[in-house]
Amino acid sequence: MGTFTSPILNYAMLAPILVVLAGAVVGVLIEAFAPRKSRASSQLALSVFTLVIALAALVRTRGTYSSKAAMNSVTFDGAGYLLQMAILIIAIIAILLLADSDKFAAAPTAAPGSDEEREAQAANIRITEVYPLTLFAIAGMLLFTVASDLITLFVALEVLSLPLYLMAGLARRRRLASQEAALKYFLLGAFASAFFLFGVAYLYGYSNSITFSGIAAAITGGTANDVFLLVGISFVSVGLLFKVSAVPFHSWSPDVYQGSPTAVTAFMAAATKVAAFGAMLRIFYVAFAGDVWQWRPMLTAIALITMVFGSLVAISQRDVKRMLAYSSIAHAGFLLSGVIALNKSGLDATIFYLFAYGVATVGAFAIVSLINDSSGEVTDLNRWAGLGKRSPWIAIAFSFLLLAFAGIPLTSGFVGKFSIFSAAYESGNTAILITGVLSSAIAAFFYIRVVVLMFFKDPVEDGTSVVIPSIYTRITILVSLAITLILGVFPAPVLDYISQTAFFLR
Amino acid sequence: MDPYNYLYLAALLFTIGAVGVVVRRNAIVVFMCIELMLNAGNLTLVTFSRINGNLNGQVVAFFTMVVAACEVVVGLAIIVAIYRSRRSASIDDASLLKR
Repeated sequence: MGTFTSPILNYAMLAPILVVLAGAVVGVLIEAFAPRKSRASSQLALSVFTLVIALAALVRTRGTYSSKAAMNSVTFDGAGYLLQMAILIIAIIAILLLADSDKFAAAPTAAPGSDEEREAQAANIRITEVYPLTLFAIAGMLLFTVASDLITLFVALEVLSLPLYLMAGLARRRRLASQEAALKYFLLGAFASAFFLFGVAYLYGYSNSITFSGIAAAITGGTANDVFLLVGISFVSVGLLFKVSAVPFHSWSPDVYQGSPTAVTAFMAAATKVAAFGAMLRIFYVAFAGDVWQWRPMLTAIALITMVFGSLVAISQRDVKRMLAYSSIAHAGFLLSGVIALNKSGLDATIFYLFAYGVATVGAFAIVSLINDSSGEVTDLNRWAGLGKRSPWIAIAFSFLLLAFAGIPLTSGFVGKFSIFSAAYESGNTAILITGVLSSAIAAFFYIRVVVLMFFKDPVEDGTSVVIPSIYTRITILVSLAITLILGVFPAPVLDYISQTAFFLR
Repeated sequence: MDPYNYLYLAALLFTIGAVGVVVRRNAIVVFMCIELMLNAGNLTLVTFSRINGNLNGQVVAFFTMVVAACEVVVGLAIIVAIYRSRRSASIDDASLLKR
């Protein structure tokens, strides 16, 4: 037995993750000790403060990244820096949505309609546990994008998933649907992570190493048993493809998007996608790059099916949250084409697309949370008819974000789609290019149909109204619109910055 | 004894778990099947640790146990909450969100 060497952790690099975790722990303490009245405001202030400090700590590492920390289990490089920054920015604007706490159940453990629930509602109890849960999820996401060994990757996957399962069940109205969303998300998520773990075991068996660089070295060496490698890659991919909701692992996402509280959906849809694609980029670009001829056909097929399926099924949706869920499935297909490209421009384009899509998604769900009637949010698209006549600003903002999803010029979506498809073209993958452009055209149809519905149909008088957004929701919507517009009109500085910064340390 | 036999056993357990998740209708049983799959992963890890002759796999197995325990906490919380409101833990009853 060798002597024990103490690990070198490199705290400066880990600071953003540690700050968010510390904030989450303090949040739990506030839940335990602070008086109920002051909890909501102190939790919100703490969460925003924590995230801003984490962002500052991240920016401080600028220029010094490209090092490994925590005994090579975490790698800090340009791509990790950009992805962490995207997650933190999205998290800051998404966490402001949680401030409208009348969207959350007063007593999530009480049965719907029970006396216990009525008492909690009468006492005007507001649930604030959602803030520390969000911070734990964010810490897991930050770690997920920089993890460079299989243990850290697996633990980060669970740290980001477990809080989200709970948060999905916290809606105040339509509680049964919300609990059902939590159950589905949990069972299918745990199912996927069991596949992921089995894949991890086979990758370890193949390469005799749990680090990405060890796996890459074993693939280059090429003497180990290839069956183990293929089982490992496919099972790990199942776990990751589930998280990004690619077809055929997408079935959870429409239900969970619809059932969860809208503020949670906004955060989950945007930030999880960034984190999961970040981890996917790293594992495919760093660990599996040498075996590209084996996995590229499989992933290409999944990307093609995902794009077409997402765009086609979204057409028939009558619920705005389900429509956005299928649109996110289609976007997962577009993003996968950046992963498959396996070149520098694919990496740059995927990071840009993730950021642009994430920010627009938060804004779109923030607007969905504003359309209400007496019993809660109205997500039925028919009842959105004539919104443009009733509240033109909200309708214009929502149309703008939908056009960004569709990829119309002067929005961030156009720049993202253009760069990701040109990366696919550069890698010689014309099938992806053609299918991508065609399914974007199909997708544009249902986005524009919603715009037509809002502006050119007469409003129905059924009690649907637009609530005046709180100051926090207003900030979220405005920031999201501003970023979407700026990235669409002046994308060059951001694109240049990404292409100078993004790289993977092997 | 040939350690590869344990790989076959683990693959068998994993398959039983996966089939159980698809076939069974009680949320608790589905959840137990998922735990079975996780444990099959653990057995694979420990076997490879033996075959490869290093301890990494055993360390991963320890982390997996902790993660599985956390999953139990979260999972049972969700299942109990849904049982309280529906008086049933069947996943077929939970179908409000279908179109």
